[in-house]
Amino acid sequence: MTPILQITELTAGIEDREILKGISLTVNPGEVHAIMGPNGSGKSTLASVLAGRADYAVSGGSVLFNGKDLLELSPEERAREGMFLEFQYPVEIPGVSTANFLKTSVNELRKHRGQEPLAPAAFLAMMRERMKLVEMDQSFLSRSLNEGFSGGEKKRNEIFQMAMLEPTLAVLDETDSGLDIDALRIVASGVNALRTKENATIVITHYQRLLDHIVPDVVHVLWNGRIVRSGGKELALELEKRGYDWIKQESVEEV
Amino acid sequence: MQAPSLLIVDLESGLKWSYICAMAQDSAILDEVVQNEYKYGFVTDIEQDLLPKGLSEDVIRFISAKKEEPEWMLAWRLKAYAQWLKMKEPMWSNVTHPRIDFQDIIYWASPRKKEGPASLDEVDPELLATFAKLGIPIEEQKMLTGVAVDIVLDSVSVKTTFQDKLAELGIIFCPISEAIREHPELVKQYIGSVVPTNDNYYSALNSAVFSDGSFVFIPKGVRCPIELSTYFRINARNTGQFERTLIIAEEGSYVSYLEGCTAPQRDENQLHAAVVELVAHTDAEIKYSTVQNWYPGDKDGKGGIYNFVTKRGVCEGPRSKISWTQVETGSAITWKYPSVILKGDHSIGEFYSVAVTNHMQQADTGTKMIHIGKNTRSRIVSKGISAGTSQNSYRGLVKVLKTSTGARNYSQCDSLLIGDACGAHTFPYLEVANKTATVEHEATTSKIGEDILFYCNQRGIDTEAAVALIVNGYAREVLNQLPMEFAVEAQKLLAISLEGSVG
Repeated sequence: MTPILQITELTAGIEDREILKGISLTVNPGEVHAIMGPNGSGKSTLASVLAGRADYAVSGGSVLFNGKDLLELSPEERAREGMFLEFQYPVEIPGVSTANFLKTSVNELRKHRGQEPLAPAAFLAMMRERMKLVEMDQSFLSRSLNEGFSGGEKKRNEIFQMAMLEPTLAVLDETDSGLDIDALRIVASGVNALRTKENATIVITHYQRLLDHIVPDVVHVLWNGRIVRSGGKELALELEKRGYDWIKQESVEEV
Repeated sequence: MQAPSLLIVDLESGLKWSYICAMAQDSAILDEVVQNEYKYGFVTDIEQDLLPKGLSEDVIRFISAKKEEPEWMLAWRLKAYAQWLKMKEPMWSNVTHPRIDFQDIIYWASPRKKEGPASLDEVDPELLATFAKLGIPIEEQKMLTGVAVDIVLDSVSVKTTFQDKLAELGIIFCPISEAIREHPELVKQYIGSVVPTNDNYYSALNSAVFSDGSFVFIPKGVRCPIELSTYFRINARNTGQFERTLIIAEEGSYVSYLEGCTAPQRDENQLHAAVVELVAHTDAEIKYSTVQNWYPGDKDGKGGIYNFVTKRGVCEGPRSKISWTQVETGSAITWKYPSVILKGDHSIGEFYSVAVTNHMQQADTGTKMIHIGKNTRSRIVSKGISAGTSQNSYRGLVKVLKTSTGARNYSQCDSLLIGDACGAHTFPYLEVANKTATVEHEATTSKIGEDILFYCNQRGIDTEAAVALIVNGYAREVLNQLPMEFAVEAQKLLAISLEGSVG
């Protein structure tokens, strides 16, 4: 079985500052991995590097995505190959409706796979069906993308887009930030509904509460640019109880 | 949807391309206009009669004689020339360019006339190649070159149908040179009535030397059943281009008129100084749409058209309406303010504009709404888009005279910046002399930043496509005003004008 994602000794940073200091991680089809860690540990940097944000420079290591060298691909190529980043702060695009944006996006992915663009009626039907996953109202389709959306609506819109794009790997970057408990439940159930044996999810989060809803197979703790501990879902509960300090302590002692 | 009819005006005159045809709905000409690079950069090598460079009374007499104009027209031109000589070149706009040497311009260039060729084989192949590049179908090429065509040919029947149809309704649609000869009473009455010869430096110059242009007359109560369109092209080197358009809509009539423009790619700057006059009588409506794609110069700002144009309409009668829509992507410098004088009570003026500047382009454009009649209304929606190291200015005047009780204006001026090296400027002027007037002005500035582009990239949309998507979303309100077949092409044109502006 080819892993969906295979990260080996990845180092990366911004300008001269190294933030990721040698990360190795393997994600197989059907798995949900949670990456936890205190603020500034490098969680969001990892998400940005995987998606190909230009601000970050990779200085070493390798990343294979479905067997392909991910680091060779432009951000749009990564997306077309099935990588989806759920943004912590989704942007607003005035004048571009959610429907039009998604149509452009979905058709770019289809083109990449050698498929014809979807006919408008089929596309509309698909959107209507998948919006239900996150309990979004159809009126959002004709509104400018994310413009005037509440924090919760923006996150639901992200999961809706994920449902439309059917990625093989979804990276959820702090999905729970700014969500109330109801929105959290809706977003999480959307993510769960999209899980299959063929795709995988990386959930990046600071808090354990999201993992009550999206139950991970593996939990990794990121600290100071390294994965310092991995374990099952019970590791998240332990972190919840004891905080991050004991992990920091242990990893300092190990060094 | 009605197919538009088309008038091609060769600004170097000589060849009179006056014809009306049914255009395919996927307008072939605009397809060409929106090709990737500046595809219109071709030059047609046709034998031409050129006057030597320079402007004098003799030159004006020569032009008038070539056009077989009546004496009054020559007198009008000469008067404009005398006014022009006393005027100074204006310097107030927010654009910079070297001084124009008006004696270094050719004011007359005409392809040599040939006596009606018998078949296309006898027509100058260069001219045919030009038509092919313009995407003009073979049957229309025959018409343009004056080849006798069998009348049973489909497109010709269509042509006749439209001519007959328009004539039946009393609509006149022809080159202005023809109108001067065939309808002198109309031209005499209206020419210079909206833009007087001495209105400004360039209108005076245009009045003296204009080569051709189009003329439209819609009689009382007639709704023009098809879009009328004119396509302007500059071909000869070193020549100045001065066309003149006059549209008259009589009481209760309606017309939608479209104008498209292209020019060859040249290292030198060429001057284009047109005058457009619109007259809308009681309850009449004129909708004037422009897609301007004159050659903008290269990336380093070499070459390109100086587009210094005076466009003005008067809402003469009560409840009349004039609406300007422009999509400006071309020209090295664009300097124009399509305006409406709202004389009739309850008349309406509208201005919808998208002006794109990239590389070294400069645009200083906007409108003037002059409220004279009671309860007159105006609406201004201006969308500037700047990229590269270009400068894009909106300049607009809303003037409410004492007489204009209950006047209303709404202006919205938005600027979109792409990159860090371009500039957007807004110069709104409000002069309100009546306390009952309501004048609103809104302005926004936004930027296509890295965050938005990365977000689009992450959804599989590359940067070029993302810019196109965002820009079209931004300009949607204006594009919606264009007739549908034009709107689609204008969208592509916007995207192409901004190619390479990011990353």
